[in-house]
Amino acid sequence: MEEKLLNIKSLTKSFGGKTALKDVSFELDRGRIVGLLGPNGSGKTTLIKLINGLLSPDAGKIYINGSQPGTYTKSLVSYLPDRMYFADWMRVKDLIKMFEDFYSDFSREKALKMLHGLAIEEKDRIKNMSKGTKEKVQLVMVMSREAMLYVLDEPIGGVDPAARDFILRTIITNYSENSTVLMSTHLISDVEKILDEVIFLKEGSVILKESVDSIREKEGRSVDQLFRELFSVTPNLTGERGEEQIQNVL
Amino acid sequence: MEWKIDESLPIRTQLTEQLASCITSGKYKPGERLPSVRELAAEAGVNPNTMQRAFAELEGMGLVVTNRTAGRKVTEDTERISRVREEQVRNHIDKFFKNMRGLGYGTDEIKKVLLQALEEVK
Repeated sequence: MEEKLLNIKSLTKSFGGKTALKDVSFELDRGRIVGLLGPNGSGKTTLIKLINGLLSPDAGKIYINGSQPGTYTKSLVSYLPDRMYFADWMRVKDLIKMFEDFYSDFSREKALKMLHGLAIEEKDRIKNMSKGTKEKVQLVMVMSREAMLYVLDEPIGGVDPAARDFILRTIITNYSENSTVLMSTHLISDVEKILDEVIFLKEGSVILKESVDSIREKEGRSVDQLFRELFSVTPNLTGERGEEQIQNVL
Repeated sequence: MEWKIDESLPIRTQLTEQLASCITSGKYKPGERLPSVRELAAEAGVNPNTMQRAFAELEGMGLVVTNRTAGRKVTEDTERISRVREEQVRNHIDKFFKNMRGLGYGTDEIKKVLLQALEEVK
């Protein structure tokens, strides 16, 4: 049997006594677009940083195409961090050069085509761009790699609905059929249509991993509506209602 | 084309219904070559795998045929297309009756308002 693209086993991570991830296990197949969903502080970014080898787990293992995160897996994983990491003085052409130097799977042609579609020129400077344009450029760079796994941390967090649409279309038209996209977001209604399946994280644990259409089939409502119910917080009702709902779903 | 995806039904089902209507209404002609899954998925803003599954359903309904060399085409079996069209009509009618009964209308009342409405649109 072929190795799973991503295999996460009993992953646990704490920061100074506060548990960020608690015994997280799941597997991802190839050729999928997967949403990593959860409210702020549920552990999404911690999980993503662990997959990218930016943090080490306290316990548990991560296998990407059979290898643990390290230099080799960086050549397989294309990562969009939740923060802008390009230097302000750079021009688009410097960025392209940088990505070409760093990643042998980077396609200049693909990047130029997407940038052209956005009316962004090679001579444009990062510092003169709007926040939304910066995010788009960053995503173009990340999606221009022919990676096996794309890990996108809040790719649509800071942009307007029109730009969101562009970003989501960029994702569905540019991931190759054998690669998988794992993207975190809390804007579920915007991304639901492009996802194969969703993983719900709550307080550091996976509480649901299911395909979008089977949730809709079973529940008769959208993933967004289910999410809102599972994570609804009322002043004197903390978590318990959520647990009960989850039991009903599973 | 204009795609509408609502909140309650599985996305695949909605894509299948809308594509089937394109075929039964004649927007896609019998024997016409269909755009690729990727193109349609991008247009509808949905996951390509979901679009793929919708196509599999259309094949199951006999509306679409896949040819290894020519890609996907609308079936040339016009009888098949009319039959699916009749089913769609039937479904609309059933839904209408169900909604009307839900409002407490009996058969005679439904007939009456329907005839009235038809007069008005003439």
